[in-house]
Amino acid sequence: MRKEESTVGLTISRTIVYIICVFFALLSLFPFVIMFVNSTRSTYEIQQHAISLIPSRFFVDNLQILLGKSFNPLIGFKNSLIISTGATLCATYFSSLTAYGLMAYDWRLRQPFFTFIMFVLMLPLQVAGIGFYQFMYRLGWTNNLLPLILPAIANPAMVFFMRQYLLATLSLDIVDSARIDGAGEFYTFNRIVIPLMVPAIATQAIFTFVFNWNQLFMPLVLLTNSDKYTMPIMVSLLRGDIYKTEYGSVYLGLAATVLPLFIIYFLLSRYIIAGVALGGVKE
Amino acid sequence: MRRKGVSYAKYGYIFSIPFVLAFLVFQLYPIAYTTIIGFTDLKGLGKTDFSFYPDIFRNFKLILSNPTFIESLGNTALIWIINFVPQIILALLLTAWFTNRRLNIKGQGAFKVMLYMPNIITAATIAILFNALFGYPMGPINDVLVKLGILDGPYYFLQNKWAARGIVAFIQFWMWYGYTMIILIAGVLGINPSLFEAAEIDGATGTQTFFHVTLPSLRTILLYVLVTSMIGGLNMFDIPKLLNLGGPDNATLTSSVFIYNQAFSGSYLYNRAAAASLVMFVIIAILSGVLFYIMRDRDKVKLKKQKKALIKAEKMTARKGAAL
Repeated sequence: MRKEESTVGLTISRTIVYIICVFFALLSLFPFVIMFVNSTRSTYEIQQHAISLIPSRFFVDNLQILLGKSFNPLIGFKNSLIISTGATLCATYFSSLTAYGLMAYDWRLRQPFFTFIMFVLMLPLQVAGIGFYQFMYRLGWTNNLLPLILPAIANPAMVFFMRQYLLATLSLDIVDSARIDGAGEFYTFNRIVIPLMVPAIATQAIFTFVFNWNQLFMPLVLLTNSDKYTMPIMVSLLRGDIYKTEYGSVYLGLAATVLPLFIIYFLLSRYIIAGVALGGVKE
Repeated sequence: MRRKGVSYAKYGYIFSIPFVLAFLVFQLYPIAYTTIIGFTDLKGLGKTDFSFYPDIFRNFKLILSNPTFIESLGNTALIWIINFVPQIILALLLTAWFTNRRLNIKGQGAFKVMLYMPNIITAATIAILFNALFGYPMGPINDVLVKLGILDGPYYFLQNKWAARGIVAFIQFWMWYGYTMIILIAGVLGINPSLFEAAEIDGATGTQTFFHVTLPSLRTILLYVLVTSMIGGLNMFDIPKLLNLGGPDNATLTSSVFIYNQAFSGSYLYNRAAAASLVMFVIIAILSGVLFYIMRDRDKVKLKKQKKALIKAEKMTARKGAAL
């Protein structure tokens, strides 16, 4: 009798949980659905009914209006791609190198250096923006993509992650046998250690890439020349007066920036979710 | 691991050089530079020369007595709290459901993918998308609310202070609860399963298990979530800046937007902005410190104390023994 009751109760609670989960899943999707549909509708249609699930046929018109003004998705895409790829390569390569240095060699400052990295991890760097801008301005590095790429070399969180990965997976016997075969230390790192670290590098690369792709503050401060605009800066132009009444084109411009992220996300979602979970369990 | 002959120790130093250099140049130097600027008269577009104020704390005094800065601190705190409380409650609730073996929820992978999705989309895009969704007089949200008869006519949400703050907080909540949930679920999966088995054998209900086994074991991860969310919240920029430019009437002006406006618009007050940044730095440091202190493992501290007492007692008896 009690068992039956609890089964009924379980079914009810299960149903409620599913309804809530489906609700939140739809809530995640809903704004983007409206965005994609409205990007194919004319401003007049949107003014009549702002919500519709049926695409219209004004995609090309919207595209012409969008590109006829200051919004240039190709330039934004190119610059964001350069910055994100550069920063990702710098961060993953040099974090792996530092982590390997910490793990594979016995040097006097090894433990102090690790403590130092854990300390740096805590520094809230966002507050250094003014000094960073002034420094770059004096170097003449504004409107240059390098100041958005090179700082990625020092990424304490990633060094920590890579070190954990190396400690768990790399056997120093492999390194020793490479030495016996006459391999230099850099050769060993580049040709033997890096290939072994591919799973960790891939996880970290996805997040670094997306993080840099989405950055607004520093690019907005440093890049004032429209040839150097990144995708988020391009997006911020859609907020301006020139697109004020062009609802369809604004939605299309937004859609243009979301689409590449959607493709990456839905292709790699399994790895991304696993990567997020991994990031939290570092105690 | 004793290697004879060649010493490889120097490679430890060599391999750390890029990290150290990049840290010194791109992180430490800008922090030091910001600090210095905070005490100087550096302002005006394109200016780089500065001299120290005779009254060395002038910028700090001006910033701390600037009602807009104080208001921006209040807005930042308010928006973060309105976003974080529902975020952590929902994330904990979903975690409890997804890890409940009796409930056995199917399709968790797909749900996680959907709930986490807004987190990877450019915040700038999301801010402008929500600006369009809450458009007046004819935005999608107004369209729905009027059609459903909830509103008589369109409402200008972004002109209402609390509605605007609520929308910023909602966007933050919506972008981050999925992330928090995934981290908490990973934390629960990391708890020793024998703890749950013991609870089950003792006849604990799902709720009891959650409050007495799951939550206490998640303490470190909750601290991590709290601190990272708080630091992120204190630096909130993209969404308040692009949703409504800090308005209406400065209602969504966060401290980061304030700092940006001081330094990169109007009269380009780099010195004032640097001072405000340093104030934020101190606030973040203090809050993180307090959180670490509150959330520290009390049992561990107790255990340490007991251990110390035990050692002391042992020593005492040993000494007594020796004296005898």
